[in-house]
Amino acid sequence: MKHTFKGGIHPYEGKELTMDKDVIEYLPKGDMVYPLSQHIGAPAKPLVKKGDHVLAGQLIAEAAGFVSANIHASVSGTVKAVEQRLVSSGSKVNSIIIENDNQYETIEFTPNKKPLNELTREEVIEAVKAAGIVGMGGAGFPTHVKLSPKNIDQIDRIIINASECEPYLTSDYRRIIDEADKVIEGLRIVLAIFPGAKGIIAVEDNKPEAIRLLREKLAGDTDISVNSMPTKYPEGAERQLIYANTGRYINSKMLPADAGCIVHNVDTAYAICEAVREGRPLMERLVTVSGDAIKNPCNIRMKIGTNYGELIECAGGFEGTPAKLIAGGPMMGKAIYTTDIPATKSSSAILALSEDAVAEMEPSACIRCGRCVSVCPGRVMPNKLATMANRNDIDGFIKNNGMECCECGCCSYVCPARRHLTQMIAGTRKLVLANRKK
Amino acid sequence: MDILSIGIAAAIVGVVGVVAGILLGVASEKFKVEVDETEIKVREILPGNNCGGCGYPGCDGLAAAIARGEAKPDACPVGGEAVATKIAEIVGENVDSVRMTAYVRCAGDCNVAKDVYEYVGPQDCKFAANAPGGGAKGCAYGCLGYGSCKKACQFGAIQIVDGVAVIDKDKCKACGMCVAECPRHIIEMIPYEAQAIVECNSKDFGKDVKASCSVGCIGCGICQKNCPQEAITVDNHLAHIDQSKCNGCGTCKEKCPVKIIK
Repeated sequence: MKHTFKGGIHPYEGKELTMDKDVIEYLPKGDMVYPLSQHIGAPAKPLVKKGDHVLAGQLIAEAAGFVSANIHASVSGTVKAVEQRLVSSGSKVNSIIIENDNQYETIEFTPNKKPLNELTREEVIEAVKAAGIVGMGGAGFPTHVKLSPKNIDQIDRIIINASECEPYLTSDYRRIIDEADKVIEGLRIVLAIFPGAKGIIAVEDNKPEAIRLLREKLAGDTDISVNSMPTKYPEGAERQLIYANTGRYINSKMLPADAGCIVHNVDTAYAICEAVREGRPLMERLVTVSGDAIKNPCNIRMKIGTNYGELIECAGGFEGTPAKLIAGGPMMGKAIYTTDIPATKSSSAILALSEDAVAEMEPSACIRCGRCVSVCPGRVMPNKLATMANRNDIDGFIKNNGMECCECGCCSYVCPARRHLTQMIAGTRKLVLANRKK
Repeated sequence: MDILSIGIAAAIVGVVGVVAGILLGVASEKFKVEVDETEIKVREILPGNNCGGCGYPGCDGLAAAIARGEAKPDACPVGGEAVATKIAEIVGENVDSVRMTAYVRCAGDCNVAKDVYEYVGPQDCKFAANAPGGGAKGCAYGCLGYGSCKKACQFGAIQIVDGVAVIDKDKCKACGMCVAECPRHIIEMIPYEAQAIVECNSKDFGKDVKASCSVGCIGCGICQKNCPQEAITVDNHLAHIDQSKCNGCGTCKEKCPVKIIK
């Protein structure tokens, strides 16, 4: 079976900039900022106040409800303030600010070396919850919620999303190359609590080294298979990934668990292993700092809460004047206008590009070529939806399955008339969701 | 053709006509649809541009609602006082309606409130409000200036001047379409005669307001302390004037350090 899906595009990959470089360890120097909302769900509740001294690994904000996540300090120092700070989405979020004392005193963690078959469900979920792990691919959905589906018996596939289909990003690839054992161990821990499930590590075929390494490590393992998928964006989008690897189709009203699947990012699997085996909370992650306006593009292992500006300095600073800064990948990331932003649990990349391709495009009328329809992985008609969005026709938008859009950006990428299709559809989806909440 | 056949033809047509006429007459009496007299009278007075500003499906819908007693005689925002008085006479109610007008709670035009980045995309407030930070404007509460309200206004009362929507009080019929359209919810209904208005919607701290806009309300509370009518409250670092208490003395306008009360 060919592990792929209908639609999709082949943008310039840009992965060669950082792919084969060693990961740089970076210790932050300036103040650390921990937004209380780094995940989907209720913002965490702060447990510290101004003047408190904290150690690295200490819980500084606890989950406020089931769909929420703990937040830990990643350095030692003094709490400077709890105030509103700008985050990568462009809005201001209540955050804990810690003045770094550069000592990196860490609390003691309690390792758990029990064999896999002795690990209990509760034990694993409790460890994951305590560590504050969230989906590290970008959305930031709390992992302990994902691990507690209603239909435990029907879960038969645990998929590790190692496709990393966004251009420029290579942090997941580096994680596999450097720490394959821990990623596999993370998957095995999840498999241990879903006895009926098989594991899949899904990798795009533009990373042959990762596929080779994983297959070598998993030789003879009947529970975990490594799937090589033809490279195509958005292979790593959850719905497309599930379809490509299991042939099951889910829509916007369903969760992966409804199709018997649970999908985790590579870094999430690594964090699960760290949390369960070492008792370490989520304090660090890999971030790709890349683009043609960065002097020395690289992957950085950084403490969560580090300022973007410091990370860019660590990568040698800017080369010339960047025309566009993006938090995340170029397809789905958010454009940012300042580097005074903290890195969060789901910050996968910082890109600085010397050319702003979008700003140079002058949109014109739709020529009805149908390219957007043929590349849309969500199988909707972006041209029609964008027209409805423009007319404010919310009913028509819903009727034409506008809510099935995953905002991957393929339609805007191929449109010869340069229409801002994704932006118009995304804007209307947000309106519909806001209306539903009312 | 003789005269007789012409006569027969005429007679047949005549008889059919008479029979059909009687049938129609009987049917119109028997199957008559009951129509409320008041509804018809009210409908005649309503302006008839079916704008929907009252919340009912067109003027017919509102007329029916007024006749049933569901809606107030002054429910038509377009007709204003003149229409309200006439309708009140018909339904036998008294109204003391106040002429309302919409106003934009933002004075942050492109000279005083700077954009923090260049926005590229559809020139429409509802899409622009979806850009990072809820739009390119440094102030997250101010007018985006892409004119969604202008498009929604059926009376041509709204113009975009220097990146901020400005409402012509005299053209405004207070239908409320712009209020519903604005993604930042900065358009509010106030009495036409209102004497003092806070032209700002920023709920940021004074320091943050100053950083993004030189004329915004900083929430200092001087107006609240000095208002002899106690009509002003400062909530969330933003002054708000209770128009029912304001007597237009103008003290707040004098005392305001940023001159945002107009």
